[in-house]
Amino acid sequence: MSKKVVVIGGGITGMEASVQLSALGYSVTVLEKESQLGGHLNDWTVLFPNLRKGKEIVSFLEHGLELQEVNIIYNSKINEIKKINKHYEILLDNQKSIIADAILVATGFDLFDAHRKEEFGYGIYENVITSYDLEKIFAKGGEIKTPSGIKPKRIGFIHCVGSRDEKVNNHYCSNVCCVTGVKQAMELKTLIPDAEIFNFYMDMRMFDTHFEELYLESQKKYGINFIRGRLSEANEAIDKRIVIKVEDTLTSRPLKMTVDMMVLLVGMEPSKGTKEIANLLNLKLRESGFLKPEDDHTMSNVSNMQGVFFAGTCSGPMSIKYTFTDARAAVTKINCYLKEYELQNRIILN
Amino acid sequence: MSVFGFKINEGRVIDYDKTDKRIFNYLQKNEPSFNLCIFCGSCTSTCSAGNFTDFNIRKLKMNIRRGLTDNIEKETEKCMLCGKCFLICPRGVNNRNIILKVREALTKIESHDI
Repeated sequence: MSKKVVVIGGGITGMEASVQLSALGYSVTVLEKESQLGGHLNDWTVLFPNLRKGKEIVSFLEHGLELQEVNIIYNSKINEIKKINKHYEILLDNQKSIIADAILVATGFDLFDAHRKEEFGYGIYENVITSYDLEKIFAKGGEIKTPSGIKPKRIGFIHCVGSRDEKVNNHYCSNVCCVTGVKQAMELKTLIPDAEIFNFYMDMRMFDTHFEELYLESQKKYGINFIRGRLSEANEAIDKRIVIKVEDTLTSRPLKMTVDMMVLLVGMEPSKGTKEIANLLNLKLRESGFLKPEDDHTMSNVSNMQGVFFAGTCSGPMSIKYTFTDARAAVTKINCYLKEYELQNRIILN
Repeated sequence: MSVFGFKINEGRVIDYDKTDKRIFNYLQKNEPSFNLCIFCGSCTSTCSAGNFTDFNIRKLKMNIRRGLTDNIEKETEKCMLCGKCFLICPRGVNNRNIILKVREALTKIESHDI
């Protein structure tokens, strides 16, 4: 009888890993808390760097699941996880229990709640929106309008909202917001060619192969303006437009600017589900709250609990490309473990 | 004898809504590589004039972007047009031509052409 793997979470990581595990001959069950798979991917209209549709990736993943006939349990909630010898028993709230030889945690991220940066005015001023809200506006299609109902002539993007900020206790970089800001700026400029667009940044972290090219293109073809300076506070003008106050650090002077709409590029946080599962399984967490591997170089998908592995954004912010890679890497680790390969007992000489 | 009274300091805040972007707009049209500057400062570090005077081409470009153009004519006069800034730029910004185009824009502003 084939060994059983339970995958917790049906986003990109959970879907891809279960397809690959299933292809290796394991009996896989995906536990998804929602009524559909795909996670956050369902909320993003087009993706960087090539502006392909988010739906294409979902369909690719779904096709894999169909081919492999993976068992999926929707709307599932885990009440308890018991360790019995080398197995785990997972108890769901509908009294069902599932036995697993290995568990893959793929519980993903939550978006930073922009209300927590009160000085930026999200939820207070109507023309302050998040990158997530902007995606929904893009998804709706048609003419772009600010929440006040006008066609925006000047738009400001604020980088690092909820990332690299001690004041919200998130010290880490969320990896994807910089390039998302560039992508969304280019999309807006395409839809409103006479708009002026300004991105306010601390550092532009265009680390991946295509990102720098996209950044250059945004300046070359789209004339996007980048201003180095972090937003101190935003105010609402009498006409509901937003007054941005930053230091323009490259002229060493304070700068203020009125925009029709301000977009906050919100970062990633460990999801509520990640915290719950970490609690149930006694998994080690980093200071940031993301899952902590046994070794940062050599054991990136291996948890402190025998037979429990993790992958994707529950271990830290990453883009879709790296989420796929991480999911497949975790599958290799799980395979080594379940086949009891000698190589999983490798040691590191000091 | 001391003079009593008060004065009002001019604010240091750049009020972007009010500054003069005519030169900025002129450069965007006539030397599009102006948009590509990431303000790394390699132009300033290699600048022949900048090594002996307070001329700073990186700051000059930044001030143009922000519409701070009060001293621009005097500043551009300090450039010797050697072109080293163009050779060193990692993004291919034609800094030398920017100086020429700024001078051109200033003439046009004077004759009310832009």
